[in-house]
Amino acid sequence: MEDLRCREFTDFLLAYLDGELDPRARAAFEEHLQACPPCRDYLDSYRRTVELVGTAWSPCGPDDAIPEDAPEELVHAVLEARRRA
Amino acid sequence: MAPARPESPNDPKSAPDPAAEERLVIALRSRDEDAYEQLVRAHGGRMLAVARRLLGDSEDAPDAVQEAFVSAFRSIDSFEGQARLSTWLHRIVVNAALMKLRTRRRKPEQPIDDLLPTFEADGHHREPGKPWQPAARLEQREVHRLVRENIAKLPDAYRTVLVLRDIEELDTAEVAALLEVNAGVVKTRLHRARQALRTLLDPHLRADRE
Repeated sequence: MEDLRCREFTDFLLAYLDGELDPRARAAFEEHLQACPPCRDYLDSYRRTVELVGTAWSPCGPDDAIPEDAPEELVHAVLEARRRA
Repeated sequence: MAPARPESPNDPKSAPDPAAEERLVIALRSRDEDAYEQLVRAHGGRMLAVARRLLGDSEDAPDAVQEAFVSAFRSIDSFEGQARLSTWLHRIVVNAALMKLRTRRRKPEQPIDDLLPTFEADGHHREPGKPWQPAARLEQREVHRLVRENIAKLPDAYRTVLVLRDIEELDTAEVAALLEVNAGVVKTRLHRARQALRTLLDPHLRADRE
Protein backbone atom coordinates (compact mmCIF):
# COMPACT_ATOMS: atom_id res chain seq x y z
CA MET A 1 0.00 0.00 0.00
CA GLU A 2 3.05 2.27 0.25
CA ASP A 3 3.58 4.48 -2.81
CA LEU A 4 -0.13 4.73 -3.46
CA ARG A 5 -0.66 6.48 -6.78
CA CYS A 6 -3.49 8.61 -8.13
CA ARG A 7 -5.00 5.60 -9.91
CA GLU A 8 -5.30 3.56 -6.69
CA PHE A 9 -6.39 6.64 -4.76
CA THR A 10 -9.28 7.05 -7.20
CA ASP A 11 -10.15 3.33 -7.02
CA PHE A 12 -10.32 3.45 -3.21
CA LEU A 13 -12.40 6.65 -2.95
CA LEU A 14 -15.74 4.93 -2.36
CA ALA A 15 -14.33 2.57 0.27
CA TYR A 16 -12.61 5.53 1.97
CA LEU A 17 -15.80 7.60 2.11
CA ASP A 18 -17.79 4.57 3.32
CA GLY A 19 -15.22 3.97 6.11
CA GLU A 20 -14.40 0.55 4.70
CA LEU A 21 -10.59 0.86 4.36
CA ASP A 22 -8.49 -1.00 6.89
CA PRO A 23 -6.25 1.24 9.06
CA ARG A 24 -3.14 0.66 6.92
CA ALA A 25 -4.89 1.41 3.64
CA ARG A 26 -6.57 4.43 5.19
CA ALA A 27 -3.20 5.80 6.36
CA ALA A 28 -1.72 5.36 2.86
CA PHE A 29 -4.79 7.00 1.33
CA GLU A 30 -4.53 10.00 3.66
CA GLU A 31 -0.79 10.29 3.12
CA HIS A 32 -1.38 10.50 -0.64
CA LEU A 33 -4.17 13.01 -0.05
CA GLN A 34 -1.80 15.29 1.86
CA ALA A 35 0.84 15.14 -0.87
CA CYS A 36 -1.30 15.35 -4.04
CA PRO A 37 -3.30 18.55 -4.72
CA PRO A 38 -5.01 17.11 -7.88
CA CYS A 39 -6.33 14.19 -5.79
CA ARG A 40 -7.53 16.61 -3.09
CA ASP A 41 -9.45 18.50 -5.78
CA TYR A 42 -10.76 15.22 -7.17
CA LEU A 43 -11.98 14.07 -3.75
CA ASP A 44 -13.64 17.44 -3.14
CA SER A 45 -15.46 17.40 -6.50
CA TYR A 46 -16.48 13.74 -5.99
CA ARG A 47 -17.99 14.63 -2.60
CA ARG A 48 -19.72 17.65 -4.10
CA THR A 49 -21.13 15.42 -6.85
CA VAL A 50 -22.67 13.08 -4.24
CA GLU A 51 -24.19 16.06 -2.38
CA LEU A 52 -25.56 17.52 -5.62
CA VAL A 53 -27.18 14.22 -6.58
CA GLY A 54 -28.89 14.07 -3.18
CA THR A 55 -30.43 17.51 -3.59
CA ALA A 56 -31.05 17.61 -7.37
CA TRP A 57 -34.81 17.08 -6.94
CA SER A 58 -35.18 19.28 -3.88
CA PRO A 59 -37.20 22.47 -4.09
CA CYS A 60 -35.06 25.63 -4.12
CA GLY A 61 -37.81 27.79 -2.72
CA PRO A 62 -41.54 28.00 -2.10
CA ASP A 63 -42.18 28.69 -5.80
CA ASP A 64 -41.01 25.30 -6.96
CA ALA A 65 -41.92 23.00 -4.10
CA ILE A 66 -42.55 19.53 -5.48
CA PRO A 67 -46.31 18.99 -5.38
CA GLU A 68 -47.22 16.12 -3.10
CA ASP A 69 -50.76 15.86 -4.40
CA ALA A 70 -51.32 13.09 -6.88
CA PRO A 71 -52.36 14.49 -10.27
CA GLU A 72 -56.09 13.97 -10.80
CA GLU A 73 -55.55 11.97 -14.01
CA LEU A 74 -53.25 9.59 -12.13
CA VAL A 75 -55.85 9.04 -9.40
CA HIS A 76 -58.50 8.23 -12.02
CA ALA A 77 -56.14 5.99 -14.01
CA VAL A 78 -55.18 3.99 -10.90
CA LEU A 79 -58.77 3.53 -9.71
CA GLU A 80 -59.85 2.56 -13.22
CA ALA A 81 -56.98 0.04 -13.49
CA ARG A 82 -58.01 -1.44 -10.13
CA ARG A 83 -61.60 -1.92 -11.32
CA ARG A 84 -60.35 -3.65 -14.47
CA ALA A 85 -57.82 -5.82 -12.60
CA MET B 1 -27.98 26.52 4.00
CA ALA B 2 -28.01 23.21 2.16
CA PRO B 3 -31.32 22.50 0.48
CA ALA B 4 -33.48 19.74 1.83
CA ARG B 5 -33.31 16.32 0.22
CA PRO B 6 -36.42 15.04 -1.51
CA GLU B 7 -38.72 13.65 1.10
CA SER B 8 -37.65 10.18 2.10
CA PRO B 9 -40.23 7.52 2.97
CA ASN B 10 -38.32 7.16 6.24
CA ASP B 11 -38.44 10.86 7.02
CA PRO B 12 -40.02 11.30 10.46
CA LYS B 13 -41.53 14.65 9.51
CA SER B 14 -43.78 12.90 7.02
CA ALA B 15 -44.87 10.34 9.63
CA PRO B 16 -48.62 9.87 9.52
CA ASP B 17 -50.73 9.20 12.56
CA PRO B 18 -50.13 5.43 13.17
CA ALA B 19 -53.74 4.91 14.26
CA ALA B 20 -55.04 6.56 11.08
CA GLU B 21 -52.68 4.42 9.00
CA GLU B 22 -53.90 1.28 10.76
CA ARG B 23 -57.51 2.25 10.04
CA LEU B 24 -56.62 2.82 6.39
CA VAL B 25 -54.96 -0.61 6.12
CA ILE B 26 -58.01 -2.29 7.68
CA ALA B 27 -60.26 -0.48 5.20
CA LEU B 28 -58.02 -1.50 2.29
CA ARG B 29 -58.15 -5.12 3.43
CA SER B 30 -61.93 -4.97 3.44
CA ARG B 31 -61.76 -3.72 -0.20
CA ASP B 32 -63.23 -0.31 0.66
CA GLU B 33 -63.37 1.84 -2.52
CA ASP B 34 -62.86 5.09 -0.59
CA ALA B 35 -59.76 3.66 1.07
CA TYR B 36 -58.20 2.90 -2.32
CA GLU B 37 -58.75 6.49 -3.40
CA GLN B 38 -57.43 7.83 -0.09
CA LEU B 39 -54.23 5.78 -0.50
CA VAL B 40 -53.66 7.02 -4.06
CA ARG B 41 -54.29 10.65 -3.13
CA ALA B 42 -52.00 10.42 -0.09
CA HIS B 43 -49.06 8.67 -1.77
CA GLY B 44 -49.50 9.04 -5.54
CA GLY B 45 -47.58 12.32 -5.86
CA ARG B 46 -44.51 11.06 -4.07
CA MET B 47 -44.63 7.72 -5.89
CA LEU B 48 -44.79 9.53 -9.23
CA ALA B 49 -41.71 11.56 -8.24
CA VAL B 50 -39.82 8.32 -7.47
CA ALA B 51 -40.86 6.76 -10.80
CA ARG B 52 -39.80 9.90 -12.70
CA ARG B 53 -36.37 9.85 -11.06
CA LEU B 54 -35.88 6.32 -12.42
CA LEU B 55 -37.72 6.59 -15.73
CA GLY B 56 -37.61 10.26 -16.67
CA ASP B 57 -40.62 12.30 -17.77
CA SER B 58 -41.95 9.64 -20.11
CA GLU B 59 -45.38 7.99 -20.00
CA ASP B 60 -43.59 5.05 -18.37
CA ALA B 61 -43.54 6.85 -15.01
CA PRO B 62 -47.33 7.17 -14.44
CA ASP B 63 -47.75 3.67 -15.92
CA ALA B 64 -45.28 2.31 -13.34
CA VAL B 65 -47.17 4.07 -10.52
CA GLN B 66 -50.45 2.65 -11.78
CA GLU B 67 -49.00 -0.86 -11.86
CA ALA B 68 -47.46 -0.34 -8.42
CA PHE B 69 -50.80 0.64 -6.87
CA VAL B 70 -52.64 -2.28 -8.47
CA SER B 71 -49.93 -4.59 -7.12
CA ALA B 72 -50.18 -2.94 -3.67
CA PHE B 73 -53.99 -3.33 -3.59
CA ARG B 74 -53.60 -7.01 -4.48
CA SER B 75 -50.97 -7.66 -1.82
CA ILE B 76 -52.29 -5.47 0.99
CA ASP B 77 -52.95 -8.63 3.03
CA SER B 78 -49.19 -9.27 3.06
CA PHE B 79 -48.43 -5.80 4.49
CA GLU B 80 -47.17 -6.62 7.96
CA GLY B 81 -47.57 -3.24 9.54
CA GLN B 82 -44.03 -3.14 10.93
CA ALA B 83 -42.83 -0.92 8.09
CA ARG B 84 -44.68 2.28 7.32
CA LEU B 85 -47.11 2.21 4.41
CA SER B 86 -45.01 4.84 2.62
CA THR B 87 -41.87 2.68 2.91
CA TRP B 88 -43.76 -0.39 1.66
CA LEU B 89 -45.21 1.55 -1.29
CA HIS B 90 -41.80 3.06 -2.05
CA ARG B 91 -40.31 -0.42 -2.53
CA ILE B 92 -43.25 -1.46 -4.72
CA VAL B 93 -42.97 1.56 -7.03
CA VAL B 94 -39.19 1.15 -7.29
CA ASN B 95 -39.78 -2.46 -8.35
CA ALA B 96 -42.43 -1.44 -10.89
CA ALA B 97 -40.12 1.23 -12.35
CA LEU B 98 -37.25 -1.26 -12.61
CA MET B 99 -39.55 -3.69 -14.44
CA LYS B 100 -40.38 -0.91 -16.93
CA LEU B 101 -36.69 -0.16 -17.39
CA ARG B 102 -35.97 -3.82 -18.16
CA THR B 103 -38.66 -4.05 -20.80
CA ARG B 104 -38.39 -0.74 -22.63
CA ARG B 105 -36.32 -0.25 -25.72
CA ARG B 106 -32.78 0.77 -24.98
CA LYS B 107 -31.70 4.18 -26.20
CA PRO B 108 -28.14 4.62 -27.46
CA GLU B 109 -25.86 5.26 -24.49
CA GLN B 110 -22.43 6.80 -24.11
CA PRO B 111 -20.04 4.09 -22.79
CA ILE B 112 -19.24 4.73 -19.12
CA ASP B 113 -15.52 4.21 -19.78
CA ASP B 114 -15.44 7.45 -21.79
CA LEU B 115 -16.44 9.33 -18.63
CA LEU B 116 -14.02 7.75 -16.14
CA PRO B 117 -10.73 9.41 -15.12
CA THR B 118 -7.66 8.45 -17.14
CA PHE B 119 -4.10 7.95 -15.92
CA GLU B 120 -0.57 8.05 -17.27
CA ALA B 121 1.51 4.86 -17.27
CA ASP B 122 3.05 5.94 -13.95
CA GLY B 123 -0.41 6.09 -12.31
CA HIS B 124 -0.75 9.87 -12.16
CA HIS B 125 -3.84 11.68 -13.41
CA ARG B 126 -3.68 12.35 -17.14
CA GLU B 127 -5.87 15.42 -16.67
CA PRO B 128 -5.46 16.64 -13.09
CA GLY B 129 -8.69 17.92 -11.60
CA LYS B 130 -9.23 21.59 -10.87
CA PRO B 131 -11.06 23.05 -7.87
CA TRP B 132 -14.80 23.65 -8.28
CA GLN B 133 -16.53 26.93 -7.54
CA PRO B 134 -17.74 27.35 -3.96
CA ALA B 135 -21.33 26.14 -3.60
CA ALA B 136 -22.45 29.54 -2.30
CA ARG B 137 -21.57 31.18 -5.64
CA LEU B 138 -23.72 28.88 -7.73
CA GLU B 139 -27.33 29.53 -8.66
CA GLN B 140 -29.04 26.61 -6.97
CA ARG B 141 -31.97 26.12 -9.32
CA GLU B 142 -29.63 26.14 -12.33
CA VAL B 143 -27.28 23.64 -10.67
CA HIS B 144 -30.18 21.28 -9.84
CA ARG B 145 -31.29 21.39 -13.49
CA LEU B 146 -27.73 20.75 -14.65
CA VAL B 147 -27.32 17.78 -12.32
CA ARG B 148 -30.67 16.23 -13.33
CA GLU B 149 -29.86 16.63 -17.04
CA ASN B 150 -26.49 14.97 -16.60
CA ILE B 151 -27.78 12.12 -14.44
CA ALA B 152 -30.12 11.38 -17.36
CA LYS B 153 -27.08 11.00 -19.65
CA LEU B 154 -25.62 8.11 -17.64
CA PRO B 155 -26.11 4.57 -18.97
CA ASP B 156 -29.20 2.95 -17.38
CA ALA B 157 -27.27 0.33 -15.39
CA TYR B 158 -25.24 3.05 -13.64
CA ARG B 159 -27.94 5.73 -13.39
CA THR B 160 -30.28 3.25 -11.70
CA VAL B 161 -27.76 2.43 -8.97
CA LEU B 162 -26.94 6.13 -8.44
CA VAL B 163 -30.63 7.02 -8.07
CA LEU B 164 -31.42 4.09 -5.76
CA ARG B 165 -28.40 4.64 -3.49
CA ASP B 166 -27.84 8.41 -3.44
CA ILE B 167 -31.41 9.69 -3.88
CA GLU B 168 -33.81 6.97 -2.77
CA GLU B 169 -31.36 6.08 0.03
CA LEU B 170 -31.65 2.30 -0.30
CA ASP B 171 -28.68 0.42 1.12
CA THR B 172 -26.26 -1.65 -0.94
CA ALA B 173 -27.90 -4.97 -0.02
CA GLU B 174 -31.38 -3.73 -0.97
CA VAL B 175 -30.17 -2.42 -4.32
CA ALA B 176 -28.30 -5.68 -4.98
CA ALA B 177 -31.46 -7.68 -4.28
CA LEU B 178 -33.63 -5.45 -6.50
CA LEU B 179 -31.19 -5.61 -9.41
CA GLU B 180 -30.31 -9.28 -8.83
CA VAL B 181 -26.57 -8.60 -8.71
CA ASN B 182 -24.06 -8.92 -5.87
CA ALA B 183 -23.07 -6.11 -3.50
CA GLY B 184 -19.67 -5.70 -5.19
CA VAL B 185 -21.37 -4.93 -8.51
CA VAL B 186 -23.56 -2.30 -6.83
CA LYS B 187 -20.51 -0.62 -5.27
CA THR B 188 -18.57 -0.64 -8.53
CA ARG B 189 -21.51 0.80 -10.49
CA LEU B 190 -22.14 3.46 -7.85
CA HIS B 191 -18.51 4.57 -7.85
CA ARG B 192 -18.37 4.68 -11.67
CA ALA B 193 -21.69 6.52 -11.88
CA ARG B 194 -20.47 9.18 -9.43
CA GLN B 195 -17.15 9.49 -11.28
CA ALA B 196 -18.88 9.76 -14.65
CA LEU B 197 -21.29 12.39 -13.35
CA ARG B 198 -18.36 14.30 -11.84
CA THR B 199 -16.72 14.29 -15.28
CA LEU B 200 -19.93 15.61 -16.90
CA LEU B 201 -20.37 18.36 -14.29
CA ASP B 202 -16.70 19.38 -14.19
CA PRO B 203 -16.70 21.77 -17.20
CA HIS B 204 -19.70 23.62 -15.72
CA LEU B 205 -18.58 23.84 -12.11
CA ARG B 206 -14.80 24.29 -12.14
CA ALA B 207 -13.55 27.55 -10.74
CA ASP B 208 -11.31 28.38 -13.72
CA ARG B 209 -14.25 28.57 -16.17
CA GLU B 210 -15.15 32.07 -14.90
